[in-house]
Amino acid sequence: MSLTLLTLLQQFVLLLAALALFLSFVLLSQTRLIAAIRVFAWQGALVAAVTLTVALAGHAHHLYFSAALTLGLKAMLIPAMLHRMTRRLGLERQSETLSRPALVIMAAVVLVIFSYWVVEPMVANGLAFTRNIIAVSLAVVLIGLLMMVFRQQAVAQVLGFMSMENGLFLAAVSATAGMPLVVELGVAFDVLVAMVLFGVFFFQIRESIDSLDVDRLNRLTETEEGR
Amino acid sequence: MTSLSLTLLTPLIGGLVLILMRSPGPAGWLNLGVSGLTLAGSLGLAWSVWHLGSVAGMGFRVDAFNVYLVVLTAFVGLTTGIFSRPYMRYVQASGRISAWSLRVYHGMYQAFMLTMLVALTTDNLGVLWVAVEGATLATVLLVSLYRTPEAVEAAWKYFILCGVGIALALFGTVLTYFAAQHVMADPGTGLTWSALYERSHDLDPTVMRIAFVFLLVGYGTKVGLVPMHQWLPDAHSEGPTPMSAVLSGLLLNVALYAVVRLKMLVDGSLAETATPHLAGALLMGFGLVSFLVAGLFLHRQRDIKRMFSYSSIEHMGLMTFAFGLGGPLATFGALLHMLVHSLTKSAIFITVGHATHVAGTQSIDRIRGLIRTQPAIGWSLLFGVVAIAGFPPFGVFTSEFLLLTATMQSQPWFTVVLLSGLAVAFAGLFRHLHPMVYGAAPEGQRPVEANMLPVYFHLGLVLWLGLAIPDVLSAWLDRATQLITGGHLL
Repeated sequence: MSLTLLTLLQQFVLLLAALALFLSFVLLSQTRLIAAIRVFAWQGALVAAVTLTVALAGHAHHLYFSAALTLGLKAMLIPAMLHRMTRRLGLERQSETLSRPALVIMAAVVLVIFSYWVVEPMVANGLAFTRNIIAVSLAVVLIGLLMMVFRQQAVAQVLGFMSMENGLFLAAVSATAGMPLVVELGVAFDVLVAMVLFGVFFFQIRESIDSLDVDRLNRLTETEEGR
Repeated sequence: MTSLSLTLLTPLIGGLVLILMRSPGPAGWLNLGVSGLTLAGSLGLAWSVWHLGSVAGMGFRVDAFNVYLVVLTAFVGLTTGIFSRPYMRYVQASGRISAWSLRVYHGMYQAFMLTMLVALTTDNLGVLWVAVEGATLATVLLVSLYRTPEAVEAAWKYFILCGVGIALALFGTVLTYFAAQHVMADPGTGLTWSALYERSHDLDPTVMRIAFVFLLVGYGTKVGLVPMHQWLPDAHSEGPTPMSAVLSGLLLNVALYAVVRLKMLVDGSLAETATPHLAGALLMGFGLVSFLVAGLFLHRQRDIKRMFSYSSIEHMGLMTFAFGLGGPLATFGALLHMLVHSLTKSAIFITVGHATHVAGTQSIDRIRGLIRTQPAIGWSLLFGVVAIAGFPPFGVFTSEFLLLTATMQSQPWFTVVLLSGLAVAFAGLFRHLHPMVYGAAPEGQRPVEANMLPVYFHLGLVLWLGLAIPDVLSAWLDRATQLITGGHLL
């Protein structure tokens, strides 16, 4: 699958997607919350840029709308909400100590290889472009998942969740030229509501364990000796 | 179409009104009225489906398979509403929640009903996803309603695990849409289930195979399949009891419904390949593991609501296995089991809610002598557990018997596994149940004001279904079976 066989536009989309994947790696190892939120906002902007490029290429009008939606939601509104909550919770200066950061980055690399392996059988469909883009977006989704597992800070977990959503948007836009509008609106609505609820939970968690270190939420276990 | 809009718009408007309504007194009654109206709408819908075969339009499509789940959802929604009105008033009087929390509770109750009904009636796989994710969002605040550290932890776990699971399901949905792009004349219909089903033979098998794995893991998280079940016992045990009843009785069913619909697509696509039964085999594997693991975990529980949530996982595992097995008999049994399990399990949770108020605790070790203190609750719990454990003459026995017969026909060796799993689960339930019901009542344990009407009604229905399934219902389930498997049972 030689990249030169792709059209210039496809190469550009791939470049943007690869940058989004790179930002996933940055997000994974960024310990300072404010910086991580900024990285996440840039990732959202890249997804919006991909949407815009696809819209320009295919003259798909509803994609202009979804590009604007992605930009507004993922690059502006959600980062702004997270930023505001971080300030209200007094976490601006907090930086999390990561256990075994190198190992996690290696795991993320393995996930990228795994994504390509999963997508490999779809080669029958021809298109090297679609295969690449699906592999990249799957990798973004899985790295988001890894981030949620490995980070202990609630805000960082939410960033992982939201970057998973970025991966999903990327897949939807670039592999299929956008989902039907009603679905896209529904997904955006769900993401927004989820963000509001995450905000409510930040305060509930802090109220109950006096910290946002989710690892300390460990009262519910299977053995239940202490209860 | 009017009954469909009545079914869907009632909870939407009702939920909005309930969250805006300031006075807590009439809110419980209004919640009840809204649920009743929804049930009326769903019955009207069932009536038109019965006469027309299916009702479709505006992106919705109701056929024999989903209409019976719609009626079930609205029905359990109503009876749980009857239970929840005095229950939540009691909770509020005991000072565990504020007036604002009660408003959130009622509003979210209807929002949850709305998402369930939309998920069932929609014809669009994307909207299905949005609705199932919406159900998580509607219930997550209810799980943490009591604001104890345990409740907050349970809610966070629920949110994160289901969020991740459902995100994977969306990836599967995107892949399905991708496969549809090459097949459908109008790409806009690429997520419309009925259009996809007609062309399912043309969908690319490699893409659909990968998509189904993501979809199964995603929606399977909500079904509570092991090992993605971790959220379920926590959410059930820490949330208010009416929530546990609707989560177990409705949400799990709806998630399983989504899995079955998607399996139908994948089966069509894989029919010509070397592995035509891949989807079924995956369902059987996940189902059997969930069934066995949950049965074993029943023995270790110390919290009564946790125990019954493991029983839910066990039964969902059994149904998943049956749908995976395929064939008219197993499918018919699984559909019947969905029905009787919902009715029985919500009745049990309602009883358990009252029992925890009698004993003042959810700890199994400290719930004692229910029959002596309040016979209605004690006997209901006993009969509920007898029913859920699959004893004749209750309906669960009928459906489990059908499932075992179907297994015997196609995969005889699994019958042994299933029977031992049922025995393990039975032992797990009864070793905890016996002292709770018969033991000596602690001093000062007093009866509480309890409305047992929904429980009697549910258990009565389950008993009726065990003694004689009405012709209407069996014909109905047969239609659904034909829709799923293409074959008749009756």
